[in-house]
Amino acid sequence: MQIEIPKDNWQGSVNTVTLGATPEEGGTRTRTVTIGGQQTLPFLHFEQTPPNRPVIALEITAARPGDWSPVLLDAWGDAIDDPGNWAGACESAGADLIVLSLGLTEADGRSADPESAVRATKSTLGGTGLPLIVLGPGQAELDNDFVIAVADATKGERLVLGLCEDSNYRTIVAAAMANDHLVVGRTPMDVNLAKQLNILITDMGLPLDRIVMDPTTGALGYGIEYGYSVMERLRIAALQGDAMTQLPLLVNPGAEAWKTKEAKVGEGVPDSWGKWEERASNWETVTAVALIEAGADIVVLRHPDSVTRVRNALDELMAVG
Amino acid sequence: MALTGIQIYKLLPQTNCKECGFPTCLAFAMKLGAKQVELSDCPYVTEEATAQLAESAAPPIRLIELVGEGHQIRVGNETVLFRHEKTFYNRPGLLISIQDTLDETAIEQLAKTVDAYGVDYVGVDLRIDGLAIEATSGDAARFAEAVRAVRRVSDLPLVLVGEDPAVLGAGVELLEGEKPLLIGANARNWDSMAELALQNGAALGATAASLEELAELTEQLRSKGVEDIVLHPGAARMGPTLAMQTQIRRLALKNFRPLGYPTIEFVGGSDDGRQQAVLATQAISKYAGLVVLDAFSPELLYPLLVLRENIYTDPQKPIQVQPALYEINNPTPQDPVLVTTNFSITYFSVANEVEGSGIPAWLLVTDAEGMSVLTAWAAGKFDAESIAKAVKQFDVAARVERHDIVLPGHVAVLSGELEEELPDWNVLVGPREAVDLPAFMKTVLSEGSTVH
Repeated sequence: MQIEIPKDNWQGSVNTVTLGATPEEGGTRTRTVTIGGQQTLPFLHFEQTPPNRPVIALEITAARPGDWSPVLLDAWGDAIDDPGNWAGACESAGADLIVLSLGLTEADGRSADPESAVRATKSTLGGTGLPLIVLGPGQAELDNDFVIAVADATKGERLVLGLCEDSNYRTIVAAAMANDHLVVGRTPMDVNLAKQLNILITDMGLPLDRIVMDPTTGALGYGIEYGYSVMERLRIAALQGDAMTQLPLLVNPGAEAWKTKEAKVGEGVPDSWGKWEERASNWETVTAVALIEAGADIVVLRHPDSVTRVRNALDELMAVG
Repeated sequence: MALTGIQIYKLLPQTNCKECGFPTCLAFAMKLGAKQVELSDCPYVTEEATAQLAESAAPPIRLIELVGEGHQIRVGNETVLFRHEKTFYNRPGLLISIQDTLDETAIEQLAKTVDAYGVDYVGVDLRIDGLAIEATSGDAARFAEAVRAVRRVSDLPLVLVGEDPAVLGAGVELLEGEKPLLIGANARNWDSMAELALQNGAALGATAASLEELAELTEQLRSKGVEDIVLHPGAARMGPTLAMQTQIRRLALKNFRPLGYPTIEFVGGSDDGRQQAVLATQAISKYAGLVVLDAFSPELLYPLLVLRENIYTDPQKPIQVQPALYEINNPTPQDPVLVTTNFSITYFSVANEVEGSGIPAWLLVTDAEGMSVLTAWAAGKFDAESIAKAVKQFDVAARVERHDIVLPGHVAVLSGELEEELPDWNVLVGPREAVDLPAFMKTVLSEGSTVH
């Protein structure tokens, strides 16, 4: 029986974005990461061979995190006390890039400042040759101060700076424009809010090949279906040709999954939840893979085992036969 | 495609006999077109018309029911490619496979464990839907023993897996009154497998490596009279499986009947058992009707069952949690009461942050018709009156001695009215966002209870 396979013929495509710069390109990275370029929904090889594969980022923090699960602390051991060592360990674990989250305090308890933010960034860049995403502590004024300092001190690296939000994006975008960096914008699980922020950022003159968007997701069991559908809708809109939705998608299944009780808590939970470490890792992996199916281009994880599993999934998804 | 009333009218007797309860055949046809009456209400409809109408009314993906001794699985009847287009309807069945080469005690033990497994997720009892017994031994007597062993301890629906009709027959004939699924028919054995399925009232799986072969096989099975078919696409890896599943769903929704059936995926068999997590995640997200895992492990089943709930939640209806007084971190009567609405995401955000803080608290969830705090407030579904009502309804004053009640920051404006409604309570205004709750609880609320 002859069957005509129904193929979508999309007009639009996802923007191609390159993160990081090698010495020839004005940076210090040993390799760069390129994402986007798709003209189909995820991994539909019969319509188009995916031009780039989604990538896995591992998140590290400038100072030892106070609220991370002991499962994660155990997995990283002493490396966690130094961003450079930690970034190196992430590279060994198979990460494609690093996310450095700047906090409010330093390891010795003092308040973090722009100088310490730059130190942590430099240390991370020294510990790995991978491209880097640097995120402020999440308070508008500090975000701006820290990110400006980091952007100036790393000119030409093509870092991704964030987080841009609708209430606070100008300073970060300006710092990125002045120093050959990229930005990431985050909006709360809504197609129109995501478009609106992208319009604001591009209106400042930052080219589209230097922006990625974080549409926000919930963890498995905690609202993942909202993030999942917003991502599918954004990606379909992108393929239909809506320029302000054609940005590659970055999501944080690691941070979200490790906030849940299922990942965080080992005792006093029902037996039906099963073994703790394995459950926690599954929680992160299942969240990440579901979001990859929905169109994620960058998934930010926290546990090295999840990297292995998600990488295996990507290998399989990129395989044709 | 569904027929219009006029098209249906042409297939009716057109005698206006009124026995259906309508004055004319046309009136009845219109009601039929709107799916408000059943065709069987017409006593004179011809068999030919019935067949034509049934064909046109058939859903693009046939609904398949598997029945055990009481429990059942319903899959199929899906109408969209993406959940946001409408919703996915029938949750894929999750099953655990059992090899007939295990000894009987081990089989009983495993079947019993699967049967007993249940996990609570926001008040819903999530369970495994069935068992797949694999005829790995190739021996009919042994396979029959395995089926008997399973049935001694479990009444879940069964999938019988093997290529030899004689071996599967020895198992299926033990399941009188049930509707198991046989996996199944392939290009070589389809004739005798079809007979076996028909004789025993079983659904039949069709296994093939390409869409063309699958479609040919289902047509052959249909020509023998088999209607309850499950597709078993034979792609081995995630990428090709995704492609096949997507193509099947697209073709089925275009009313290509030979592929208008639910699918089954076996996600076990890899060297690294943990890879099942990623394979099953794709299967649940992307179109599988039945998912068979090859090991029982609660630490994997729990996340997969939750994923299935999430993906199959109707996006048009905000999911609600039950209005109630929830206990978080085992609160005592000396702990504070936080208030929020019963929109699931609102509830989860708040509950998750409170849980993460490690500080015990009571969480009072009001009936705001599934709306978030601000939306419910704007719609008049979350006000001082409704909060006071919930306090009474759930007998909060009797369970909590410390009378501190915390309003979401977004509705600080309600605090005055709430003080009037609840004169015995100390009304506090919490942060606007859930993420700031732990800090608020550590500072404001830990300063000690308020005495009244």
